[in-house]
Amino acid sequence: MQNGYSGGHFSRHLSTVRPALASASLYGCAFAVRWRAQEKASGAGTVSNIVQFENVGLRYGTGAETLSDLSFSLSRGAFYFLTGPSGAGKTSLLKLLYLAQRPSRGQIRMFGENLVAAPRDRLPVFRRRIGVVFQDFRLVPHLSAFDNVALPLRVAGTDEREIAAPVREMLAWVGLADRAEAKPATLSGGEQQRVAIARAVIGRPDLLVADEPTGNVDPDMAQRLLHLFDGLNRLGTTVVVATHDLHLLSRVGTAQMMRLDRGRLSDPTGALRYPPASADS
Amino acid sequence: MNNTFVASAADRRLLPEGRMAGPMPWVIAIMTFLTVLAAGAGLALGNAASGLGAQLAGKLTVQIVEPNPDLRARQTQTVLSEISRLAPVARAERVDDAKMRALLAPWLGSEGIDADLPVPTLIDVALRTADPRAVEEVTAMVKSIAPAARVDPHAQWLGPLQGLLSTLRWLSVALVVLMGVAMAAAVVLSARTAMITHRPTIDIMHMMGASDVQVARLFQRRAALDALFGSLVGFVAGVGVILALSGLLANVGAALLDSGGLGWSGWLIIALLPAAAVMLSIFTARFTVVRALGRML
Repeated sequence: MQNGYSGGHFSRHLSTVRPALASASLYGCAFAVRWRAQEKASGAGTVSNIVQFENVGLRYGTGAETLSDLSFSLSRGAFYFLTGPSGAGKTSLLKLLYLAQRPSRGQIRMFGENLVAAPRDRLPVFRRRIGVVFQDFRLVPHLSAFDNVALPLRVAGTDEREIAAPVREMLAWVGLADRAEAKPATLSGGEQQRVAIARAVIGRPDLLVADEPTGNVDPDMAQRLLHLFDGLNRLGTTVVVATHDLHLLSRVGTAQMMRLDRGRLSDPTGALRYPPASADS
Repeated sequence: MNNTFVASAADRRLLPEGRMAGPMPWVIAIMTFLTVLAAGAGLALGNAASGLGAQLAGKLTVQIVEPNPDLRARQTQTVLSEISRLAPVARAERVDDAKMRALLAPWLGSEGIDADLPVPTLIDVALRTADPRAVEEVTAMVKSIAPAARVDPHAQWLGPLQGLLSTLRWLSVALVVLMGVAMAAAVVLSARTAMITHRPTIDIMHMMGASDVQVARLFQRRAALDALFGSLVGFVAGVGVILALSGLLANVGAALLDSGGLGWSGWLIIALLPAAAVMLSIFTARFTVVRALGRML
């Protein structure tokens, strides 16, 4: 393989070994200890709903509702694909999930708290538990790849001495070990996307939200990134991936599908049952 | 990113810092320069007004106005002997003829006073108190001896000048306050512009979980650096002008101006102006950014 991403400990273990072992091999350092401590504190591994929508509607300005009557819940540690035609409201739903937007109506509970009523100064705490891969990457243009990936850790107040190792390992894992000091403008679209993905997962979020994360990478890289998401999911992270690429859906065996059409959810795999199928079982 | 006010070295990179690239430091430099001048003028005028007040307090001049030279001389002697016995009077001296000639020379020429010209006799009186009742007591005594005499308290002559100095001093204070307001307004505009420029970075930081205070800290650091540079430049220029003016005033040598210098407390106040400008910029930037962020989700 041509890059460190394919040769790292994490990639060798990720698809086959137990989550704890994968966690240790990914960060192989004090960071892994912190990760597991966080996992224990957040209650990862227990069966519960990490997200719960009740009759949620979203309207921009005075226009028609972009999202209507969304009622569903996402199980902790589950993997979801969000599909639907362009304009169906996928990005709007993701915005609600990563707390960039408040709903026009309805209730949203995340991490056990009603976030519709939460004051805005409480939101940063919850946002730090959410990793986001934006469709347009949204890398900070004047920061290097290293600093972009390190951003969530710095925002969370991680000691500088504990940042370099996991960031370099994550960059190596996405195949950008030798581009750590490169600015986004000098990276290709695929490389920028991998930096964005590394930034989203570096903080080991409880919820990972990705908007077309494989849209700018070749099929081989798409497969690897999907494995990364799958590996994170096995470690307890709830993953929601919005995609047009129906081929991806078959790559993650345990994934459930949510389909949006004109702002409403349909339920092809039972993922949207409330409580969801996984919780029922 | 934990410290409330100080951004870490890594955080500093979050906003590009093109030092001195914008007009803000120079705007602050100009405002600080003008503020230093206004403050210097206000402090000097304050000192001048105080000095003048101290000079004028309890001083008066008695004019014995009598056409008959003999009677004028007798009245002068009597007033001098009686006035010294009054309790409020500390000192009373007749202005001698040589000094009188010098005083009148600009109007009557240098050849001296014509013997036929009835020139009043002047008595300088220093009182122990500035109490108006003391002036009244002296006036009553003088009038009882020389009904045509005039008693002129010095405060009455130079009171309007003192009032003018006092007004100018408060005008200087108002200018300093207005400069501070203008500087704060400039910082508000600069912070808002910077927020618009860096809106994508702010959005990313918010999505990563940065609090408003964390974001504001980056902007207040930029504001502090701009203000530090600008205020130091303005301070140096302003102090240079004040020192140059002090030299010019020293050459004038007027007694009135001697009391208008800057004491050590005045220089201390002026030296604190750059620090005040930096603090004003920091808190204005912080307030502006936090308030603007409060309108975002």
